[in-house]
Amino acid sequence: MLSDAPARPTTDPVARPPVISRRPTRRRIPVWPYLLVLPTVVGTVLLLLYPVVRSVVISLQHFRLAELVRGGATWVGLDNYREVLTSPELWSVLRRTLLWTVVNVVLIMVLSTLVALLLVRLGSRMRLAVMSALVLVWAVPVLAATTVFQWMFQSRLGVVNWFLTSLGLEQFDGYTWFADGTATFVILVVLVVWQSVPFAALTLYAGLTTIPGELFESARIDGANALQIFRVVTFPLLRPLFGLITSLEIIWVFKCFAQIWAVSQGGPEGATTTLPVYAFQVAQSLHKYDLGAVISTLTVLLLLVVLVPHLRHLYRTEAVAS
Amino acid sequence: MRARALRQVPVNLAATVVLVASVFPVYWMVSTAFKPTTDIQADTPQLLPLHPTVQHFRDAVAVDGFWLFWRNSALVSVGAVLLALVVGLMAAFAVARLQWRGRQGFVLMVFVAQMAPWEALLIPMFIIARDTGTLDTLSLLTAIYFVSTLPFTIVTLRGFLAAVPAELEEAAQLDGASRLQAFRRVVLPLLAPGLMSTSLFGFITAWNEFAFANALIIKNQDNRTLPVWLSSFGNVFGTDWGATMAASTLFMLPVLAVFLVLQRRVTTGIVAGAVKG
Repeated sequence: MLSDAPARPTTDPVARPPVISRRPTRRRIPVWPYLLVLPTVVGTVLLLLYPVVRSVVISLQHFRLAELVRGGATWVGLDNYREVLTSPELWSVLRRTLLWTVVNVVLIMVLSTLVALLLVRLGSRMRLAVMSALVLVWAVPVLAATTVFQWMFQSRLGVVNWFLTSLGLEQFDGYTWFADGTATFVILVVLVVWQSVPFAALTLYAGLTTIPGELFESARIDGANALQIFRVVTFPLLRPLFGLITSLEIIWVFKCFAQIWAVSQGGPEGATTTLPVYAFQVAQSLHKYDLGAVISTLTVLLLLVVLVPHLRHLYRTEAVAS
Repeated sequence: MRARALRQVPVNLAATVVLVASVFPVYWMVSTAFKPTTDIQADTPQLLPLHPTVQHFRDAVAVDGFWLFWRNSALVSVGAVLLALVVGLMAAFAVARLQWRGRQGFVLMVFVAQMAPWEALLIPMFIIARDTGTLDTLSLLTAIYFVSTLPFTIVTLRGFLAAVPAELEEAAQLDGASRLQAFRRVVLPLLAPGLMSTSLFGFITAWNEFAFANALIIKNQDNRTLPVWLSSFGNVFGTDWGATMAASTLFMLPVLAVFLVLQRRVTTGIVAGAVKG
């Protein structure tokens, strides 16, 4: 998916109305189905399949600014892969990307589980208020969020520094967050977690409401505490949903580009350069399109580790349904 | 009863924390936009806009090109949504109602396309755009947004179509309607909630999209969209945070409006669809 704003949970595959196959009794029309799907196939081939193939092709060529302007790229085999994979920079970017993904996904999953469990316990009015707030956050465009976070963390007039200073943390008086690598990384994590929790929390809450209350009741009668109930009742029942949301969040966080580029462009001094940002830098700023294509291809290969099980699951559900 | 109320206290406290943490950035954006510059630059930030003004909105709108970028964003978003609806409806119909060889393969293709990591295609897309002379054009952006929202459109519409009994169409055809008429008069009205939710998703995706708009509109700056323009607010507004926040608010408004207008119909539609299915 292109967007970080995911589908509403109600339209998610999990909650979709069940698909019932109907075998039409009318006579077969052999051409119609193919005409109907033709535009979809053409669009997907031209704008998705062709760019993927082109990316692999470029990664096997010598393709720099001269080739971009004049054409005539020559084949170099796996030389570009060798160059990228032996550069220490790639490995430090890779480590950072893994750290970025793990920190974000763990925070998103823990916080949204807590929020979902909280929603179940709330009175109806408070629950409506919290859910509306979550939907509001969800609706905030990525770029509006990045500008307001830059404003809140502004050094002299930012509300965050004022707040921290008035708590007695004098070192934050005029602190320049965006000059420091770790601080910028932290802000980006806060931003991405803030934007991602609504989808995960609302979907998990929708899943929680499907668990019959008697299960919790009997666990409580048996003397289980809240943590035990979660471990023994809630989590096992919602395991598929947890799995689905976790893999979606891994994919979204791993390939996250807009937030990082808009806030820091991967800086300062590369402290927020993750794999997708690195690919774009190498290609657009250094005009090494071939090496950029290699990094993009590696990104896709790494994503496949998460994508393939997810797709297999989707397809198996599909096969059962139809 | 009292013990219960007491137990609710920490729960409500936690809910308040979640509420404030969620809403505060949005609130801070909107309230900054309404504060006069002297209040924005005060040493102690004011939590409420005590002297509300719309001056920042005037400034933001008056910036060279604001309406142009607004129009560009609206054009690509609406164009992509309309294309995705028409093309997606055709494909969803073929998948949900017709039997044909290759159907399973097509469904698999749609699933794969839905999970495609588009951010990894910036570089080949830039080179293809250069080669075909479509760099700096809005039509290329529209096409990309159309194809990227198409899989979700097909999957969702197929679910809704499957929930509409085929007998309804057949009955209309027995009454003398053509297949197309039966579809238009009987099925299409029942699909309204599905069309709503897919257009909501498509519109938001296209309106927000930054990576491709940033990489593919380079020389012809008049064809930039709002997200790219907003990302360069430092060049546009300097340190005028009031105007920056006003511009962000104006950028957010259409998404909120679409959300609010479609929200209820989408929810009722899904409930109805679930009951029918």
